[in-house]
Amino acid sequence: MNKIYFDHNATTPVIDEVFEAMVPFYKEQWGNPSSIHWAGRGTRKAVEDARENVCKLLNCAPLELIFTSSGTESDNHAIKGIAYAKKDKGNHIITTKVEHPAILSTCKHLAKEGFEITYLEVDKDGLIDLEQLKAAITPKTILITVMFANNETGVLFPIKEIGQIAKERGITFHTDAVQAAGKIPINVQELNVDLLTISGHKIYGPKGVGALFAKRGVRLTPLIHGGHQERNRRGGTENVAGIIGFGKAAEIAIRDLDKEIAHLSMLRNRLETGLKEKIQHVYVNGHPEKRLPNTANISFEFVEGESLLLNLDMKGIAASSGSACTSGSLEPSHVLVAMGISLELAHGSVRFSLGKSNTVEEIDYLIEIMPPIVERMRSMSPLFAGHKF
Amino acid sequence: MYSEKVMDHFSNPRNVGEIEEASGTGMVGNPACGDIMKLTIKIENNVITDVKFKTFGCGAAIATSSMVTELVKGKGLDDAEKISNNTVAEALDGLPPVKMHCSNLAADALHAAIEDYRKKLETK
Ligand SMILES: Cc1ncc(COP(=O)(O)O)c(C=O)c1O
Ligand code: FES
Repeated sequence: MNKIYFDHNATTPVIDEVFEAMVPFYKEQWGNPSSIHWAGRGTRKAVEDARENVCKLLNCAPLELIFTSSGTESDNHAIKGIAYAKKDKGNHIITTKVEHPAILSTCKHLAKEGFEITYLEVDKDGLIDLEQLKAAITPKTILITVMFANNETGVLFPIKEIGQIAKERGITFHTDAVQAAGKIPINVQELNVDLLTISGHKIYGPKGVGALFAKRGVRLTPLIHGGHQERNRRGGTENVAGIIGFGKAAEIAIRDLDKEIAHLSMLRNRLETGLKEKIQHVYVNGHPEKRLPNTANISFEFVEGESLLLNLDMKGIAASSGSACTSGSLEPSHVLVAMGISLELAHGSVRFSLGKSNTVEEIDYLIEIMPPIVERMRSMSPLFAGHKF
Repeated sequence: MYSEKVMDHFSNPRNVGEIEEASGTGMVGNPACGDIMKLTIKIENNVITDVKFKTFGCGAAIATSSMVTELVKGKGLDDAEKISNNTVAEALDGLPPVKMHCSNLAADALHAAIEDYRKKLETK
């Protein structure tokens, strides 16, 4: 059976060039980058070269980039780091209802410590209202954190405009750009962002390495206390091979960006058009244009997402569900629910997130096998009675 | 994450459909997740002679629906009533812990269908 991977927003494979760049740092170049002797010096240089490559992906200066253990750590570092550093100025944080759990759980935790959190609503397209954002700001607001691209729908937020609003009012602005990096251009010089999160394993780099852009002059309380690594901002001996891999992945992402955007949007459009043509009662979730090029979040009315995923898995196709069944919690996707999508449709959603290696043939295979699967599941569904396939 | 038996019942569900003039109908929703099952049964001389289901739900919900129809077919009402969600889950060689609640759907629909039958008898 052919194995087809349509779940690149969950993680991406480490590509060969990246893996090959990493290997020497497990073998010959194992020195500690903080050591001053021969064993450490080469490693230090390699880490700093990798940093420059990651910086180029964002257009920031090397001093402004902190390596971390993950996107999750970077999100924690940004939010807690600002909350603690600015707690004399205020205790109010603004975010949205559709953030990744790395943001939502961190905010929930801070709420227990006495911080006030505003969760902005989104409309049916998954976008926030900037007037609502302005209205939510109080003299106590110290941080706004809004994601760059939503991981479930791919919807893109107006980062530059949000940043402008924050900047005019002296509020720190963080964005979780884990899903945006490598898929669309990011230029922090133009975006009015103070803090920005990215993660290695979403851009064909290794898992367990992330980075936080912290604009020059932004003061953050460290999350991990320890040695002098990362200019005292993050203790712990660097994940050297991981950082090298991240740097290589960033270099390739920059090199291939335009080509990838064209490739992915062509495939994504073919997928959506094909499924809508072949199957009735199919809805694409999220703003039709303001989206990542690779993500299709589709609701198949009258059927449930996990059972669709199992059927796809039996055919060799890996996708994921906005519905909770896969994640082990029971509620349907908090993102789709926040968009006002009915519980039944939210339950029947599947996310196809495409990547580099996907082909037209793979998309056509999906379009061919999906209608009979949906038809079979609908014939079993008590909700479908009286409707036409 | 699912047992082979679950996957077997999921990919080849038994007794899918609806009995036209059913002796009893049970339609239940799972309050935990919103999934829905409809079970129709035919009863002759206190024995369940036929049973069919329709389910909107996850893999575990579909497999437990299918399994419960196999378990009750040919059974007397008193025996069928004793079937619980655990009976169904065990017959499927177990369910992952987060999916245990899904087996409630099948057991609840069965009990609702039998109750519906008994109510209809009373009003006759
Ligand atoms: C939007 C977003 N933020 C944060 C993360 C977490 O990144 P990591 O897996 O590196 O902790 C993810 C990945 O699932 C994500 O999609
Ligand atoms: S998650 Fe709803 S029945 Fe399984």
